[in-house]
Amino acid sequence: MDPIAGLSLGFSNALTATNLGWALLGCFLGTAVGVLPGIGPALTIALLLPITFQVEATGAFILFCGVFYGAMYGGSTTSILLNTPGESGSIITALEGAKMARSGRAGPALATAAIGSFVAGTIGTLGISFLGPLVVEFALKLGPAEYFALMVLCFVTVSAVLGGSALRGLTSLFFGLMLGLVGIDLQTGQPRLTFGIPELLDGVNVVLVAVALFAVGETLYLAWRHHEAKAEVRRVGSIMMSRSDFRRSVGPWFRGSFLGFPFGVLPAGGTEMPTMLSYYAERKLASPEAKEEFGTTGAIEGVAGPEAANNAAAAGILVPMLTLGLPTSATAAIMLSAFQSYGINPGPLLFEQQGALVWTLIASLYVANVMLVVLNLPLVGLWARILKIPQPQLYAGILVFATIGTYGISNSVTDLILLYGIGIIGMFMRRFDFPTAPVVIGMILGPMAEQAMRQALTISQGDWSTFVTRPGSAVILTLAVAALVGPRVYGVWARRADG
Amino acid sequence: MRRRGLLLATGGLLAAPALAQPMLPQLSIFVPANPGGGWDGLARGIEQVVRGEGLVGRVGLEHVAGAAGTVGLPRFVTQRRARADSLFVGGTALVGAAITNRSPLTLADLPPVARLTEEAGVVVAPMGQGHFPDIAALLEALRADPGAVPVSGAGGGTPDHVTLGLIVQALGRNAIEARLAAFPGGGAAQAAVVGGQVRAAIGGWGEYEQLIRAGRLRALATTGAERIDPAVPTLREAGIAVVVTNWRGVFGAPGVRPDAMIALMQAMHERPAWGALLRERGWADAFLTGPAFAAFLETDRVQTRAVLEELGLA
Repeated sequence: MDPIAGLSLGFSNALTATNLGWALLGCFLGTAVGVLPGIGPALTIALLLPITFQVEATGAFILFCGVFYGAMYGGSTTSILLNTPGESGSIITALEGAKMARSGRAGPALATAAIGSFVAGTIGTLGISFLGPLVVEFALKLGPAEYFALMVLCFVTVSAVLGGSALRGLTSLFFGLMLGLVGIDLQTGQPRLTFGIPELLDGVNVVLVAVALFAVGETLYLAWRHHEAKAEVRRVGSIMMSRSDFRRSVGPWFRGSFLGFPFGVLPAGGTEMPTMLSYYAERKLASPEAKEEFGTTGAIEGVAGPEAANNAAAAGILVPMLTLGLPTSATAAIMLSAFQSYGINPGPLLFEQQGALVWTLIASLYVANVMLVVLNLPLVGLWARILKIPQPQLYAGILVFATIGTYGISNSVTDLILLYGIGIIGMFMRRFDFPTAPVVIGMILGPMAEQAMRQALTISQGDWSTFVTRPGSAVILTLAVAALVGPRVYGVWARRADG
Repeated sequence: MRRRGLLLATGGLLAAPALAQPMLPQLSIFVPANPGGGWDGLARGIEQVVRGEGLVGRVGLEHVAGAAGTVGLPRFVTQRRARADSLFVGGTALVGAAITNRSPLTLADLPPVARLTEEAGVVVAPMGQGHFPDIAALLEALRADPGAVPVSGAGGGTPDHVTLGLIVQALGRNAIEARLAAFPGGGAAQAAVVGGQVRAAIGGWGEYEQLIRAGRLRALATTGAERIDPAVPTLREAGIAVVVTNWRGVFGAPGVRPDAMIALMQAMHERPAWGALLRERGWADAFLTGPAFAAFLETDRVQTRAVLEELGLA
C-alpha cells in the first residue's frame, strides 16, 4: 500500500465517532500524565493494557497514541511553570522556559511550546508516513562508533550552559558524569558506586536529579535567602505570543523538528540528544538581542527549539517500532506487548500484514496532534495563573509536587533521600554560583558515551582508529571539533584582521 | 528507568461466570521488571487464565524494575513477607544477575512454587554477502579467534553472555575470550545485528523470530534441546554440547508455605486455556514444581556460577 492510499484508508477509519472519542480520551489522559512528573506515558499505557481484553485493536491503539502524544505536550508545562521536568526530554525546555516564567513571560513560553509541539508532531508524523522505512534503513547503518561521535558532538553543547566560570561549569559536569556511573555496568554486569544499596543498582534516575537540582535546590535556596528576596507576587504578563515572539519561534520550531525526527528513529537515539543540540544551535544562531536573554530573562528560541525537537523525536521513536518491531523506548515496548495481546506479531512485516491497522494508527496521530493543540492552547491562560500564587505557597507547592512525583517514579524511599540530598547540593551550588545544567547533561551523555565507546572498541577489537576510519564517525567528530574551536579561531582571525 | 505500576483489575466485572468457588479470593503478582518484557508477559498470562477460569477473584500486578530483578527482589522480601496472596515472577536472568551483582538475596531466599515456561535462544547473523552463511562458519571463526567475532547481546552476565561463554568453552577455548558487545534492552541489540554492526547476535527466539521470518536476519542455530524451527539446527546438532533455555517461573513470599500456590498453579496448568495461551505466545511448557523444581534451581545456580566465574564476572 502506498502512503497516500494508506493514509486515506487510515483517515476513513480514524474519523469515525467512536475512534475520535478514543483519540480525545487519550489526548486528555496523556496531557494530564504529562503534567505530573513521575507518571509517564509508559506507565499510563501499562495501566490501560487490560482494556485490550475488551476493546477492538484499532480503538485501543488510537487511545494509546493519544496518550503518547499527549504526554509529550503536557511534559513542557511543569518544566516551564515550576522548573520541574516530568521526563528527560523536557529537561532542556526548563532551562529557558522557567526563566521566561520568572520574568513574567510564562504565557508565550507555554504557547510556543504547544505550537512547537504541533509543528513538530505534524512534521514527525509526515516523516512516519512517507520516510519511515527509508530513514530506518539509514539509521541501521550507524554503529556504536557513530553514536559515540554524536555524543561527543553533544558534549560541545555543554559549553553553552557552563556559565561565567569554566572551572565551576566543568566541576558541575564532572559531578554529573560521576552520578551517571552509578549502577550496573552494562558491558560486564558489575555494580559500580552502589555501596550495597539495591535501589542504586539501576542507577540514579536523571529526571530525579533534574527535579532535585532545578526545583528542590532552587526552593531551598530561596527559603534560606528569603529575607533578601522581595515578597512580590509574580507578574503573569501577557498570555498570547506577540508578533515578535512568533517571528522568533518559527525558525526554532522547524530546525528543532528536523533535528529531532532522525534522532528519534535511531535505535539508540532518544529525545535527549536532539533537545541539547537544538538548544545549542538556537543559542548560537540567535540575534544579539536574543542572546542577551539566554540564561538571564529567558529566550523564547530556547523553548521553541528543544520542545519541537523533543516532540519530533518522540514521533520518530514510533518508526523502528512500526517498521522493524523494535521497541526503542519504554512506551514503544508496552505498545508492542499490546500488539501481542491481540495476537499480532509486530515485526518487519507489520505494514504488509496489518496495513489497515497501522495506517489507522498513523492517521490517528494526525488527529491527536490537532486535538492536542486545540486542547492545550486555551489551557495556557489557566496554567499561567498558577504563578499568581504568592511565592512561599508556590514554592511549598513545588516541593510537595516534586516529592510526590519522585515517589511515583518507583515508590522508593531511597529516591526521596536522593532527591533531598541532591537538592541540598543544588542549594549550595546555587549559593556559590555553580551552574546546574551541566550536571544533568553529564549524567545523560556520560553513560551513553561510555557504553557506545566500549561497544565500538569491542567490535573493533580494541582499535581506537575505528572512530576516524569509519566515515560517519569521522564526519561527526570533525563537526564537533569545528563547533568547539571554530568560533575561537574565527575570533582570533577577526581580531587580527581588525588590527 | 524504573517504573512501578499497581494494577488492580476489577475481576468481578470482567471475569467469565465463575464455575466454582475461586481457590483464592485475590492474587498479587510482583513483577521485578518493566511492563512490556518477558516477566510482565508471563504475569499477564497468569492473570488472564486464573481470572478467566474463575480460579482467583481479583488479580493485581506490581512492577519494580531494575538490574534484571535484583532491585525488585529485596523489595518483595521486605514488603511481602508472610503474605500468602503474593507471587514473584523470576527466571534465568535473575539467577545470573544475583551472582554478578553480588546481591545479598537470591531466588534461593524465596519458596519455589513452579517453573512455567521456557524459551530457547537463537544465534543469528546479518543477511548478505560476507556474513556467516551457517553455524559451522561461525563456529570455525570463533574457534580460530573468539575476539575477532563481535557478538551482540543483552548485557554482561546475562543469559546471552553465558550462552556465548559456553559456546566458546565448548570449542576448547577459555570463556573469557568471548567478545560480547552489550546493548541495552529494547531493540538496540537487534538493530546492531540487522545493520551488520556486529557479525552475530544471541538472544531469545521471541525477540528475533519476526526479523528472521521477514528475511532480515539469518538464524544460524537455536540453543534448546530440540529444534524450534524445522529449518534451523540446534547447537547440539552442530556438534556443540550446549543447551541453554531461558526459563520463567513463580515463587511465593518468604515465610509462607507454598502449598496453596502450588495447588493453584497446578490447577491453572491443567486448564485448556493455559495450553492455548502457551501456543499463542510461542512459549514452551516447562511445568515443574515441588522438590523437582527446587533441585533444578540448585543445579541451574551452580552451572551459571561456574560459567560466570570463568567469564571473570563472579
